[in-house]
Amino acid sequence: MSAHSASPEITFHPEHTDGTKKIWRTFWLLSVITIIELAIGLTIYNIHKGEHPNATLVLMFKGVVCILTLAKAYYIVSIFMHLGDEIRNMIMTIVVPLCLFIWFIIAFLWDGTSWKNLRNTNAGSREYKIEKVEKPAATEKGAKD
Amino acid sequence: MSTTAMPTNTKWWNGGRSPFNASYGKVMMWYFLMSDAFTFGAFLISYATLRFSLNDWVDPNHVFNSFPLAGSANLPLAFVSLMTFILIFSSVTMVLAVHEGHNMNRKGVEKYMILTIIGGVAFLSCQAWEWTHLLTHMHTVLVNGPQGLHLEEWNTTVSHNPFGPEVMFNGQEVATPGPIAFGSYFFEITGFHGFHVFSGVIINIVMYIKTREGHFEQRGHYEMIEKAGLYWHFVDLVWVFVFLCFYLI
Repeated sequence: MSAHSASPEITFHPEHTDGTKKIWRTFWLLSVITIIELAIGLTIYNIHKGEHPNATLVLMFKGVVCILTLAKAYYIVSIFMHLGDEIRNMIMTIVVPLCLFIWFIIAFLWDGTSWKNLRNTNAGSREYKIEKVEKPAATEKGAKD
Repeated sequence: MSTTAMPTNTKWWNGGRSPFNASYGKVMMWYFLMSDAFTFGAFLISYATLRFSLNDWVDPNHVFNSFPLAGSANLPLAFVSLMTFILIFSSVTMVLAVHEGHNMNRKGVEKYMILTIIGGVAFLSCQAWEWTHLLTHMHTVLVNGPQGLHLEEWNTTVSHNPFGPEVMFNGQEVATPGPIAFGSYFFEITGFHGFHVFSGVIINIVMYIKTREGHFEQRGHYEMIEKAGLYWHFVDLVWVFVFLCFYLI
C-alpha cells in the first residue's frame, strides 16, 4: 500500500485503485484509435493513387487524423501520466502554458501560407500561378502531385 | 491505506505544503517535460511551416513503404505501425510498473521494468533499420546538372531527396529531386526523438537496477519509478505527433 509519503509537503495521496482495468481499457482505446488512423492513412494513399485526387476529401481526412491524435494525447497524459488524478492546481500549471501552442500553430502556419503566396506570385508582381517542375524535352506527362 | 478523500477548504497557497500536492521532484519533472514539449513543438511547427510554403512535398506512403525482409514489396505504413504499437505497449508496461510500485510489489516492478526496457530497445532497433534503409537504398533520379539532363542514383540524406514529382524521360517514368528539407527535418526530428528513447532506456535500466538492489523498498516508496514513467510516457506522446506529422499527413 502506498502508506509512505514521498515527501512531507504532500497533503493527501490520490486514490490508487488496486485493479489494472483502467490501464488496459486505455491501451485498447489507444490501439483502436491508431488502427482507425492507419485505415485513414491508407484511404488517403488510395485517393492519391487515383487520377484526380479530391483535395477537399484528403484535407478532411487529414483533419480527422489530427483530432484523433489529440484524443490519443489526452488519454496518454490523463491516464498513463496520471495527470487526471492530480489536483486542479497541478493540472492548471501544466495545461495553461501549453495554450501557447494555439498561437504558435496558427501564427506559423499562417506565415507558411503567406510565404507560399509570395512564392507563387513572385512577391505579388504577377498572377497566382503554381510553377510545375521543369519538364525535360519530349515530355508528355507533367508533374504529378 | 492513505487513500483519504480530498480535504475540503485546504488553503493550498498558505505555505507549509505543496500547492500542487506533489513532491518537488515530480513537479520539476513535469516542468521539464513541458519545456521539452515546446522544443519538439518548435521543430514540428517549423517543419509544418516549411511544408505549407511549398507547392510540392513528398508522399510519405511512397517513402516509407518497405519492411525488413520483405524485399521490394510495397507496404505503406506497415513498418511504422509496428513501431507505434511497440511504443504504446511499452507505455502500458511502464504504467503497470508504476502501479506495482504503488502496491510496494518489488517483483512486479522488476518484471514490468524489464518489459519496458525490451520495448524501448525494440523501438530503437526498428528506427536503426529505417534510417539504414533510407540512407542505403538507391533511387533513380532525373537530375538537371551543368552537363544537362541525366539519371543519377540517389539515397535519402540531408542533402538528397529522390522523392520529387515524377516526369517522363525517354519513355520512362522517373522521379525528379524533391525538397531537400525533407531529409533534414526527418532525420533531425526522428533523431531527436530517438535520442529521447535512448536516454529513456538508460533511465529505465538505472531504475531497474535500483529496484533490484532494494533502494526504493528501503525508502518506502517507488516515486522514482513514477518520475521515470512520466519521461517514458512523454516519449510515447511525442511519437504520437511525429507519427502524425511524418507518416500520416
